[in-house]
Parts: sequence; structure tokens; C-alpha cells
Amino acid sequence: MTTTVPRPDSVRSPLASLRKRAVRLAELVTTPLLPVDYLDLFDPLRSGAALRGRIEAVLHETRDAASIVIRPGRDWLPHRPGQYVRIGIDIDGVRQWRAYSITSVLDRPDGCFSITVKAIPDGKVSNHLVHRVTPGTIVQLDQATGEFCLPERAPEKALFVTAGSGITPVMGILRNHAAQLTDTVLVHSAPTADDVVFGEELRQMAAEGRIRLIEQHTDSAGMLDARSIAELVPDLHERATWACGPLGMLEALEEHWASAGIADRLYTERFRPRILVTGEGGTVSFTKNGTTVEADGATPILDAAEEAGVLMPSGCRMGICFGCVLPLREGAVRDLRNGEITTAAPGDGVLIQTCVSAAAGACTVDH
Amino acid sequence: MTVIQKKIDDNPIAHLSAEDIELIGKELDTIRQEIRDSLGEDDAAYIRTVIDVQRKLELGSRAVLLASMFPPAWFVGTVGLSLAKILENMEIGHNILHGQWDWMRDPKIHSTTWEWDMASPAAQWKHSHNELHHTYTNVIGKDNDLGYGIMRVDEDQKWHPLYLAQPLWNFVNACFFEYGIAAYDLELGKNLATKKRRQNPEFRAATKQVLKKIRNQATKDYVLHPALSGPSFVPTLAANFTANVVRNLWSHSVIMCGHFPEGVQTFEKASIEGETRGEWYLRQMLGSANISGSKAMHILTGNLSHQVEHHLFPDLPSNRYAEIAPRVQDIFDRYGLTYHSAPLYKQVASAWHKVIRLSLPNDWMAETKPSNLPSQLGKLWKMTTGGPKVRRAMQARPAAA
Repeated sequence: MTTTVPRPDSVRSPLASLRKRAVRLAELVTTPLLPVDYLDLFDPLRSGAALRGRIEAVLHETRDAASIVIRPGRDWLPHRPGQYVRIGIDIDGVRQWRAYSITSVLDRPDGCFSITVKAIPDGKVSNHLVHRVTPGTIVQLDQATGEFCLPERAPEKALFVTAGSGITPVMGILRNHAAQLTDTVLVHSAPTADDVVFGEELRQMAAEGRIRLIEQHTDSAGMLDARSIAELVPDLHERATWACGPLGMLEALEEHWASAGIADRLYTERFRPRILVTGEGGTVSFTKNGTTVEADGATPILDAAEEAGVLMPSGCRMGICFGCVLPLREGAVRDLRNGEITTAAPGDGVLIQTCVSAAAGACTVDH
Repeated sequence: MTVIQKKIDDNPIAHLSAEDIELIGKELDTIRQEIRDSLGEDDAAYIRTVIDVQRKLELGSRAVLLASMFPPAWFVGTVGLSLAKILENMEIGHNILHGQWDWMRDPKIHSTTWEWDMASPAAQWKHSHNELHHTYTNVIGKDNDLGYGIMRVDEDQKWHPLYLAQPLWNFVNACFFEYGIAAYDLELGKNLATKKRRQNPEFRAATKQVLKKIRNQATKDYVLHPALSGPSFVPTLAANFTANVVRNLWSHSVIMCGHFPEGVQTFEKASIEGETRGEWYLRQMLGSANISGSKAMHILTGNLSHQVEHHLFPDLPSNRYAEIAPRVQDIFDRYGLTYHSAPLYKQVASAWHKVIRLSLPNDWMAETKPSNLPSQLGKLWKMTTGGPKVRRAMQARPAAA
């Protein structure tokens, strides 16, 4: 019935308008809900649904890392190796969003992809994914994104410098670009040999001569600095380098590459958002309004904003009516009623009650 | 009943010191915090299950109604759809719009994104309900939920013969409750009164939204769904109308039970100036009444059967009210306050009794016995047909002298 042959506009537009009318009719039948609200009950992964995925398997890689195999919804677009995906998962009933690198090969026969997660101390989402999540769980997804990828023409010589879970985007690249990467060095640091995520597979790749693997076990041998990397990889200047790991490591590498005048040959990927400094009060910026307000830690954002002349939605002013709720895009606020801190990383839109929330550091509010 | 401030002999809070009231507030704050801290996966699963069941029940019932020309199908479909509509308004819509589930951070189940099967658009209802009714609970002149501005709800309101019709009004309002609520959220009485108010662009925009909402709802229930039923057009239309009326009668009854049974207190406007958090809590405690019953009954009332707990903690998830109730009742007991709770039929009867009592001049019902019925009717006739002067004179006579 459907056809993929492009048709002239005159033929397509009645079809399009028919489709539009059918959608409108379906909306009239389901009002005040939308047709998707009913379709989601039966097939949350169908085409046209908000992008979601179903966890199919949890494969333990090390004692604190696991690969999560996810069957994405039908609108999922193929990723580029090295990219990450944002995942929203309900933990203790609360939806939490985090980003993880995709580590699987493209075009898996089962249509799934996998992310690899290392549990970090006190990491709510990472610990949940590694230790508690069960197959069958539905997660929210965004399309894959990120620029930590090989260029269209892969370099003749490549160097990857990784530490800890920093191996994950690189594994995505190594697994998918075996043919293009003919001269590859991987310098990877982990506390012990057992802590190396994908250790066996990497050693296998090295044994087959696909990569040169330099493992640094930091518990016994200490950390590598940029100088020792240069000593281990004498032709470092001829290589395009991708680095992923803790902030300190990346900064040291960037410094070294810059001083050697080859900063343009180093690509880095930061994993964790900057640690938020939460304190008493802070600067509140309103994105649409353009106003910036200095608010102390005891004044509700609502009051501070109104004092500065911002027209705010408001209601009961005591935290019960939710008439004042606005999305917090970035920053931290403290619930004045119980001291609870709510934080948002860039891209979030955590809804906060401005009448009972005070700034706890700089924040950006969508309004 | 009269506002609590004018009660001298039987003031239910005379024995409480300011310190007591603040202690009550602290205890309630503690309960609130404990529940908030313990919210988790089970709670999230609860609301998702209720939503899932409701949607499937609605779809199933509407499917059955496609064959509603067969009486059993009509009956099953109408019962199912009525239940689905009740669940949608009470346990789901009302509570989500209160922000009870905002903590889940699920944009699909959030007070700022939810819309419901109700004539009043969510945004307008949230203003009049969450901001006005829940903030100014039972404050005469501020909380229009008391009689919705069309009824006499207190002895202190002057009696007028028009009020004789208030039981009838109340019944009509119950049948078409969702439209009553929409009119009330628009403050129709006030806003239609003067030309200036009628032409206020804000009012006009709000009216337009309500009309659009009503048109959409009506198109669905009274045109599209019947049309899809083909030869069952008329039975399906009748079924949908019945389901809407059943839902309206049910929600009206539940809501009337919340603040209208005998013994529930009302408050003066001046009394809430500079009210502390403890005093606000106390007002909620005295101004609400519960309905006792089975778990199914609680769910179908949207847990408004726990009206006391709901008014104390309007943003705590409704599935937790049952667990909070014994602790709240314990506070009532320890501080010598009356926790009003009774089965549904008793609360409904009590509320209707009050509607009827207040439709008549003060004390008329209490004074009337079979023996003096003729003279009492004569008195009522005189007050109804006489002018304000007659009424004043007759009301001024001491009741029991």
C-alpha cells in the first residue's frame, strides 16, 4: 500500500492532508489525552512513540562494571562509534537521566545496542544499573550524540589514552573500526588487572596484533603522567590521539600536547559534569526573561525574582499548590522546608517549586 | 453552625494554647517529612498501575458500548465507563494536578502537563482549587468551595426565600457537576455581573478555553463515539451521558462529604491574618471530614475519603493517606479535637441535612415537630411572602424563649 517512490507534490499533499485529518480525528477520540497515551499501553517501543528502550540483558564485565544490552524503540537511529546516549531510568520512583558510552558493534543482528557502566561510589544511577536493574525494564532514551568519534578518513596512526571507565567510548571505536585502524596504541590505566573493563577482549586484540596495548595497573605501578606516556609511545607526535578519563588526566594531557604544539591532534572526552558547589545563595538567571538575580540562601527564588521585577507564576507561596513550578536547567536549589538539595545538569529541566526553593549555588531557570 | 470565632460555649479549640498549636504543626511536619523520605518505587508503580487499569477499562468499556443496542452490553459498558471516568477524575486527575506525583519527574505524570476529562481546563481548576480552596479552606468569603457561591452554607448568612430552592439547586449542580465546577472556576457569577467584567480580555480568553474543552469532550462522548457505534448510536450516546452523570453525582457527593457534614468548622476572614503554619494545619483539621469504608471505596473517592489527611498534606501521594490516618487521628485524640469520620451514607445524609436545614430560616427545622407543623408552616409562609422587615423581625425573636 505504501510506496517509497517519490511522488510529485500534487499527489503527495492530498495524502498528507488525509493523514493529518486522520490524526486530528484520532485526537478528537482520545481527548483530553493523545492517541499515543493509549498506544503506549500496548507497545512502548513502537515507531512514533517517545524514544524508549527495553533492557534485554546485564552482562557483568568486572566486579563493578556491566554492559547493559538495550533494545531501542523503532525510531532509534544508528549511532557513530564513540558516541554516548542519554538514558532516563526510574530509580526509587524518580526519573534520573545520565549519559553512557555505547560500546556495542553497529548492526547487531538482534537490533540491540549496549552501554557499559562502571559503578562509582555513591553513584545512584551507575550502581543501580550495574547491581540492581533487571531485564525487562523500560528506559527513556535520546538519540546517540557526541563528537568523540573517528573522522571520516581514519588516521594512519592512532593513540588512545584512557583510564577507568574512559575505555568505554574507545571500546566502541575499536570494536567497529578494526579495518580502518591499522596502527593503534592503547594506553589504559586501571587499579589492577582485574579492574580493566573489557580486559580479556583487549588482551586478545593485542595478541592478534590489532592493537598495541599498554596496561598500567595503578595500585601497584602508580599513575602515568604525560611525560611517561610520551616515553612509552615515542612516535606520539605522528599519532592522532583520543583521550578519555578523569579530569586531572585530561588536563595534564592537554597541557603536554599544547606545549608540544600538537594540541589540534588531541581529542578529549569529559565524562562527569563539573561538581556543583552548593552553598548558601547564588546567582539565579532566567533564560527567557534575561534577568539575573542575586538571591541569598534563605529567600525563595520566587520572592527574589519578584523583587527584581520578574513576572513569576505563583500560587499559594507555601509549597502546596504547584502554581509556581519552573524548570531548573542547571545548578542547585535547596528546599527551604527540609534542606533537600535538587540539582540539574546542563540540558535538564528539573521542575522546582520556586516558592519554597532557594538558590544553593548559581542556577539557570527557564522562564 | 457558625464560624468558630463566634463560638463561646462550645468552641472546640478554646482549650489549646498557642504553644499546643505550634506543637501540632511540628508533629504534622514530621509525618510529612517521613512520608516524603520514604516515597519510592512502590508508590510510582501504584500510580502507573492505576493509570494503566483506568485506560484499559475505558478502552474496553467503549469497545463494549459499540454494541450497546444489546442491553447487557449497554449495562456492562456503562458501568465500566462510569468507573473509568470516576477513577480518571478522582484518584488520577485530581491528585496529579495537586502535584502529588511531581516528585517522580515523569513529564507524562506531572501537575504542569496533565489534562483531564472534565469541563474545567486543568490550569483554571488548579488556580481555584489548589490556590484558593486549599489555602483558604473553609474561610467564609474566601473559600468559594463552601456552597460554590450559590448556596447558604452558614447560619450567619442572611436567609432569603430564594434559598428554599437550594436543595434543588444542589441536586442539579450534582448532576452537572463538571459544568458547575467550570462555571465556578471562571467565577461566572461575578464576571458576568458587569459589562466591564464581561469584556475583560482575561475572562474572555478563559471562557474560550472552557468552551473549547467542553466542545472537545462533548464531541467525543456525544458525537464521535456514538457515530463509531453505528446502529448503536443512540444507546451509546445515552450510555456516555449516564456515565458522565454518574461520575458527576459521585464526585459531588464525595466532595460534599469533605467539608459539609455537620460538625465541620468554618472560619472568619479576619482570623487568617498572619496565620502561623500550626494554625493553618489546625484549620485544615477542623474544617474537613473523612469517609470510612473499604479500600475500593477509598480508591474510587480518589482517597478524598481521607479528606483530613489530604487537606493537611495536599501534595503527598494519595496512596499514603490510609497509612498516615491513624497517626493523624492520634494527634486529634491527644489534643482533644474531634476527628470527623463516618461511612459514606451517613456523611452524605449529614451534608444533605445541612443543605436542607440552611435552606430554611435559622432554627426552623429544629423547632418543627409534628404537633406545631401548621404554625411553623404559617411562619415560613409569612417569612417567604413578607419583605425583609418581616423576616428580620421574625428572626430576631429568641428561638427557644
